Order: sequence, then structure tokens, then C-alpha cells
Amino acid sequence: MNAAAPRANGTRRQFVRHAILIAAALVMIYPLLWLISSSLKPENLIFHNLGLIPEKLQLDNYAQGWTALRFSFGRFFLNSFFVAGMAVVGNLLSCSLAAFAFARLNFRLKKLWFVLMLGTLMLPYHVTLVPQYILFLHLGWVNSFLPLIVPKFLAIDAFFIFLMVQFFRGIPREIDEAAIMDGCGPWRIYWRIMLPLSTPVLATAAIFSFIWTYDDFLGPLIYLNDMRDYTVPLALRAFVDATGESRFGQLFAMSTLSLIPVFIVFLAFQRLIIRGVALGALKR
Amino acid sequence: MTSTVGPIGTTASGRRETAAPDGLRARLARSLRRNGPGYLFLLPWLVGFFGLTLLPTVGSLYLSFTDYDLLNPPRWTGTANYSYAFFEDTRFRSALSVTFHYVLWSVPLKLIVALALAMALDRGVRGISVYRAVFYLPSLLGSSVAVAVLWRQIFGDAGVVNQLIALVGLKGPSWITHPDYALWTLIVLAIWQFGSPMIIFLAGLRQIPQEVHEAAAMDGAGPARRFFRITLPLLAPVIFFNLVLQTIDAFKAFTPAFIVSGGNGSPIDSTLFYSLYLYIEAFANFRMGYAAALAWILLVIISIFTALAFLTSRYWVYYEDEGR
Repeated sequence: MNAAAPRANGTRRQFVRHAILIAAALVMIYPLLWLISSSLKPENLIFHNLGLIPEKLQLDNYAQGWTALRFSFGRFFLNSFFVAGMAVVGNLLSCSLAAFAFARLNFRLKKLWFVLMLGTLMLPYHVTLVPQYILFLHLGWVNSFLPLIVPKFLAIDAFFIFLMVQFFRGIPREIDEAAIMDGCGPWRIYWRIMLPLSTPVLATAAIFSFIWTYDDFLGPLIYLNDMRDYTVPLALRAFVDATGESRFGQLFAMSTLSLIPVFIVFLAFQRLIIRGVALGALKR
Repeated sequence: MTSTVGPIGTTASGRRETAAPDGLRARLARSLRRNGPGYLFLLPWLVGFFGLTLLPTVGSLYLSFTDYDLLNPPRWTGTANYSYAFFEDTRFRSALSVTFHYVLWSVPLKLIVALALAMALDRGVRGISVYRAVFYLPSLLGSSVAVAVLWRQIFGDAGVVNQLIALVGLKGPSWITHPDYALWTLIVLAIWQFGSPMIIFLAGLRQIPQEVHEAAAMDGAGPARRFFRITLPLLAPVIFFNLVLQTIDAFKAFTPAFIVSGGNGSPIDSTLFYSLYLYIEAFANFRMGYAAALAWILLVIISIFTALAFLTSRYWVYYEDEGR
């Protein structure tokens, strides 16, 4: 903003800036709009033109796609919601417990454990993928939801621990001390004081757990072989295989549906999500 | 990351009092009182860390020196897996090359787009929250199968991209099935998801005091000069963070490659991402030992990249609070 620039110049600059931003936004959003619009078009008109407004609006693709596989998509959505819901509960509980220990309690070797915890942040999942599979296979957990859920109760997502430690450290220590004076033990401090004061970070962790688990493809691909247990991403992929991509309309309809939960979460918690993304980066 | 933490449940400063003339039982009780709560809270994580991270890591190192098909017990083969990967396995070479191409193109391009749009959004733009939301949405949806499926159609023979090209009277190739272009559709998909680094850049830009820019403008520094002399240096820590994070993420990419290539890296292995190849070796060919070796090679590669970033960062990342 050049101080010497006349006002008209500033307005024009704003205009240009908005023009660029709007163009970029359209490019960004067009594929998604195209997906939705295509899901509402009759099969033979999908690749007919680039326009987004269907000449003839119809919901047939949704009705047919919903039941196109051996089980209905209702089942796949239930599976997905179950797995993602359990992941949210597991992550919130186990990660906040660990984070409370790291942020507020004293014990031997704490520094070492903390460094190791941070180290797991950098470890690519490939390294543990094969032995974990073998472990779960020997436990007889393959073809069940357990391999997708149990690790979440064991604080496997160190990122959330890290996030919560950062937040907990910002809560004034005087509050704990007063509670200790009143005879509170660590458990009560954690459950009655720390968690209620931490709803922003807990909500952020819950949102990301949900979205990441809901979108996860590799885990279900490895551990779920029975279509009855399929999550939505697996079902979509099965759809591609089963129809040989001949039923685009239905595929697009189910793809659109599969995006809706994430989209709703995004609309509802936009501010928390945006803050959550920036949080890890700028707080040291 | 130093934490001087006041203890709960103890009155001492955390120092161990030694040479107290009490018995083993009393010392044990005191140690339990002091450390017990901490370890109780840490228990789920400890179980997860040992059971699902540390032991599997050691296990995969061991397996990487064996032949293991899940049915028969692992057979020790020494460094055979590694020498096979480096000297014989042409698919390994393709996977490495595909992944390097993907990382080297997608990460810088994504960061450039992210920074450009973050700067366009930075100050005094009306409706910033709407733009931010629209730009971020693809990042959020990006790892989903639905988007990968969508991408396959957009770049398909009769897809949107080719229809656009047809508008100017040209005929586009079949992007997805042409070995020269298939990887690029995935790179474009990665760039499309610039939203998350953009948000981090935006937060970083907010921390640059406006006065610095104003003072420089007063002194006659033009926009380009201000960008290279002020914005970039002050943003270096954030750029560094984004670079490391996005590089690691790019090495790990799996879902888009799996869906777009139909699960096998086709056409002729041009989209055989490293993760995809590892998956195929482990869960389609049941060569668990070889897959473990592949995992360790990847770990070493990522470590080298990260270490290089950290080592060189001394020369190009300036942290204000370090006062160097």
C-alpha cells in the first residue's frame, strides 16, 4: 500500500487483487462443483459439456448407486462412522492422558519419553506397517475393526499429544496448585480442571481425528477384507472395480455423498480447523 | 522445549535424596508415590509406544534381513533384500524415480502457489475468510478416495481437461493412461491441495510487523525488493517448516496413486509411488521381508532429506528469538 498512491489507484489494485483471487477460487472449486453437478445428470449427458448446471436434474444416480454393491452404502457409512467415532474417543482419551503427564506431572525419565514421543512424529508409517500387520494377524484381529481402533486408544497419533501439551502448558499453574491445596489428586486435576479448560484443543483434535480416520484408505484396505466391514473409501474403490467405470453417474453420486460428512465438519468448525493447522507451526 | 515442571503429589524439588537410612520398602514406596501418577497417566502411550512403534520398528529391521511370506517362518537371508533392491529390482528403481520426481516437483510448486496466494490474501482483503475456506477445502478433502476418483475422470480421455483443450481446437492426450503424463496429473492434484501450507504462511505473514514494510517503502524499496529482503527472510522459519512437512508427506503419498493408477502404478509403472510399491510387495506378493527392507530404505532417505534441511537451515533460516 503505497502511501503516495492516489485513491483511485488503490481501488483498482483492490479490484485486480479480487479478480485474481476469484479466478483462483473458481479453479479450486470447479472440480468439486463438477462432481456434484455430474452426479445429478443422466449418464449420457455427463461428459456432454463443461457447464455446471444440469439440463435435466435427477436423483436416479443416488438411488441406484446407494444399492449398487452387495451391501448398501448405508452400511458403509455406519462402518465409517463407527470407526471414526471410536478413533475420536480413543485419541481424545489416550492423548490427553499422555499430554497431561508430559505437561504437568513429574516422573523419572520424563525427558527421555518426551523426546521419544516427538521422534515418533517423524517416523514414516511404512516402517511399522508390516510388523503391525503381522502382530494383528497373530492376535486374530485382521478382518475386524480392532486394528483400526485399538491403536487410537494407545495414543498412537503423537501429533495430538504434542498439540495438547502445547495447550496444557498455557494453562496457569496456579490453578493446579490451588486444587492441590484443596486436596485434589492428579486424576481430579486432569478430569475436572484440565479437560474442561481445554475444550478448544480437544475439539481441534477431535475434528482432525474424525476427518483423518474417515478418509483413511490404507488402513481399511489392509485390514478389512469382508465387504460387510467396508468403510466408505473402500466401498468407493470397490465401486470403481465392480462397474469397470461404466456407471459414472452413480460413482459420482456416491463420491459426492462420501465427501459430505467432511464437508459438514468443515463448515461447522472452520475456525477451529484453520487455527489447528496454524497452531503446530508457529508455537514452539 | 525445556520444561521445568512443578511436581504434583510431591513436595520435594524432584531431586533424589540419597543415603537416607531407610529400607528398600520405604524407598520403593516413595518412588512409587513420586513416579506412580505420571506413569499411570502415561500408560496407554507407553503400551502403544512399545507395542506399536518401538518393537515393530525393531521387528521390521529384523524382517528386512529375512525372507518372510507369512506362512513359513522368516528365513535369514542377510543383506539379500537390500542388494536385490539396489542392484536387480527395476521396479524399485522406477518407484524411487517416480517418487523423487513427485517430491521434487510437487513440493516446491505447491509451496510457491501457497505463498503467492497467502500474500494475495494477507492484508486488507475483504472476504478473506471465504477465500481461505475455498482454498483450504481441497486440502481437507484431498486424501479422500472420492477426490482421486474425480481426478481420474477430470483427466480422462473425455474429461474436463481435454474438453477445455478442445475448446481451443487442440486434442489433449489421454493423461491417465499415458506414461509421460500420468505422474503429472498426480503432481497437479498435490498442488491443488496447497491450502494447508497456505494457512501456515498466512499465520507467518501476520507475524511480520507492518512497520518494517512501511519503513522500507519510505526508503524507496519497491515491492520486489521488499519481498526478497523482508518477507522471505522473516518467513524463513515458516518456509522451512512447510518444506520439511510437505516433503515428508509427499514421500508418504499413497491413496491418489493407488486410485488413479488402478492399484498397480500403471501405465508402465509411471505412477508407481514408493508407498504403493511397498504395499504391493507386502500385501499382494506377500514378500514381507522385502517390504520391510523397502520401508527401511525409505526411512533412511527421509532422514537424509530432513537432516539436510536442518543442516542447511542454519544458513538460510533466521530465528528472531535466537538473536544470532
